[in-house]
Amino acid sequence: MSLVATEADFQRAGFFDWRWIPRALGLGVLAFIIFGPLVNLLLWTVAERWYFPHALPLQYGFSYWGRVFAPRAEAMSSLFTSLLIGCLVVALSLVLAIPAGYALARLKLPFRSIVLLALLLPNAFPNLPIYVNIARLFYQIGLNGTVLGVVLVHTTHGLVYAVWIGTAAFSAIEPELEEAARSAGASAMRAFFDVMLPLAAPGLMASAIFVFLDSLDEFTGTFFVGAPDVTTLPLLLYTAGAGGNYQIASITALILLVPSIAFMFVVERFLRADVLAKVGQ
Amino acid sequence: MRRHLPGLLLVAPALAIILFLFVVPLVGAFVGAFQTNAGFGFGNFVKTYQLYSRDIVFTILIVALSAILTAAFSVAIGGYLTLGSNRLAIVLLRWLYRWPLFIPFIVVGQILRTFLAKNGLMNNIFVASGVVSPLHTFGMLDWRGVVIAFVWKQVPFVTLLLAGAMASLDRGTIEAARNLGASRLRILIEIVLPQAAPTLMVGLTLSIVTMMSVLSVPLMIASQSPTVITVDMAFRINAYGDYGVANALGLISLVLTGTVAWFYLRQTMREAAR
Repeated sequence: MSLVATEADFQRAGFFDWRWIPRALGLGVLAFIIFGPLVNLLLWTVAERWYFPHALPLQYGFSYWGRVFAPRAEAMSSLFTSLLIGCLVVALSLVLAIPAGYALARLKLPFRSIVLLALLLPNAFPNLPIYVNIARLFYQIGLNGTVLGVVLVHTTHGLVYAVWIGTAAFSAIEPELEEAARSAGASAMRAFFDVMLPLAAPGLMASAIFVFLDSLDEFTGTFFVGAPDVTTLPLLLYTAGAGGNYQIASITALILLVPSIAFMFVVERFLRADVLAKVGQ
Repeated sequence: MRRHLPGLLLVAPALAIILFLFVVPLVGAFVGAFQTNAGFGFGNFVKTYQLYSRDIVFTILIVALSAILTAAFSVAIGGYLTLGSNRLAIVLLRWLYRWPLFIPFIVVGQILRTFLAKNGLMNNIFVASGVVSPLHTFGMLDWRGVVIAFVWKQVPFVTLLLAGAMASLDRGTIEAARNLGASRLRILIEIVLPQAAPTLMVGLTLSIVTMMSVLSVPLMIASQSPTVITVDMAFRINAYGDYGVANALGLISLVLTGTVAWFYLRQTMREAAR
C-alpha cells in the first residue's frame, strides 16, 4: 500500500473525479456537432408540419414516406437507376480489376508502381474539369445522358479501390498454394478459378462494396454526364432540396446514409488485416 | 518483352479506361482552356479574371481555412486518443469521431443546410434554450456553412490516418518525457506531432483535393456570390455552354491543387534527403 493516493483510490473511496467535467463537456460538444445535424435529418423525415420558430416539428407522420415509396414515384425509379448503375459499375470494375490485380500481384510487370499510381490519378486531381470534358466528349459520341455513360464515369473513379484492394487480396495468398495446384496437374486457368479466386473472394467483396458505395454516392459526374436524363438518388436529393421539399430530400438522404453507416461497422470484418497491410504495395 | 506480355495484357483494359476517361479529358481541359472563338489565346483567362477573380481568392481562403481547422481538430482528437489517461473517455471518443467518415457529401450538404439555416434546428435549439432571441437568429448558409461542412466531413478522415500514425510511434520517448514531468500538451507538440507530421500532411493534401472537387456542398449551402469556383464551372456549362471559361477555371483549380501537392512532395524529398 503506497502512501500516495492514486486516481483509482479516490474513486474507490467515493471521491468524484473532477477531470470528468472537462471530459464530459468536450465529448458533449463533439456529440452535439456530430449528431445534431443527423438528428435534424431524422426529424425532417417524419415531420408533417415544421416551421419557425418551433424547435421541434408540430406534427409527426409518415405521409412523405408513402409518397417516396409509391410504386410510380420518382424516388423509386431513381432508386432503381442508382442500384442498376451501382451493380453495373461493380461488375465492370471487377472484370477489369481481377485480371489486373492478379497480374500486379503475381506476374512480372515492368513499371509496376507506375501502373498502380496511374489508377490513383482520377482521385488525385480535382475531378470537375475532367467531368466537364468527359461530358463534352460523350456528347459527341452519343453517350451523354445514358446509363452506360454514367457507368463508365463511376468506374473510372472507383477502379482504384477495385484494383488496389484486389491486388492486395491476391498478394496475401501464399504462392505455394497456386504452385501446389499447378504441380498436381491443374492448368493455369483451373488453378486460378479453383484456388486463387475463392481465396481472394473476401478481399474482392470488400473492394466491390467500396466501389458500389462510391457509385451510389457519386454526384458530380452524374450531374454532368447523366442529368437530366439519368436521375440517380443523389440527383433526386439535390433537385428535391433545391425545390424546398426537405422531407423528400431528407428521406432520400437517409436511404443513402444507411448503407454507408452500416458499411463502416462491417468493413473491418471483410478487410482482413493481412490484406489491408498490402494495399498500395 | 515477351516475358512481360501476359501481365501487360491483363492490366491493359484497366489502363485503357484511365487513358480514355482520365488522361484524354485532362488534355481536353488544357487545350480547351486556351481555345476561343478566335483561335488559341488567353481570351478565356482574361474573361475568367474579370468575372471570377473574387471567387478564386474566395476559394483559396475557404479551402485554406478548412484545412487549418481540420488539422487543429484532428491533432486534438488524435492527440487525446494517443495520450489520454482515461480509458472510458478514449473509447467514447474513438466511437464518436468516426461517424461522418462514410457519410456522402451530398447528404452532408442536405443535413447541414437544414441544420445551419436561420430557421434550422441549431437556431431552434438556441432559441428554445434562451441563448438567442428569435429576432437574433443567425443563418450560416454562406462561406461559414461550406467551411463547417468541409471540416465536419474531413476531420474523421484525417484523424483516422493521424491517430494510426501516432499509435505506431515509439512509446519509450513519450514515457520518458512523462517521467521527466513534461505536460501532455507539451509531449503532443514537441514529441508526437513532429513525428506524425508527414502523415498529417498526406491527409491534408488529400483533403484539399477533395474540397476542390466537391460540387454538391457549395451548390447546396452557398450558391450565391461570392462562391467557390466549382459552382462557377457548373454555372458556365449549364447556363452558357461556355467550355472555354469553364476549362480556364478548371485549369486554375488544377494548378492550385498542383501547387499544394508540389509543396508536399518537395517537403518529403527534403526529409528523405536528410
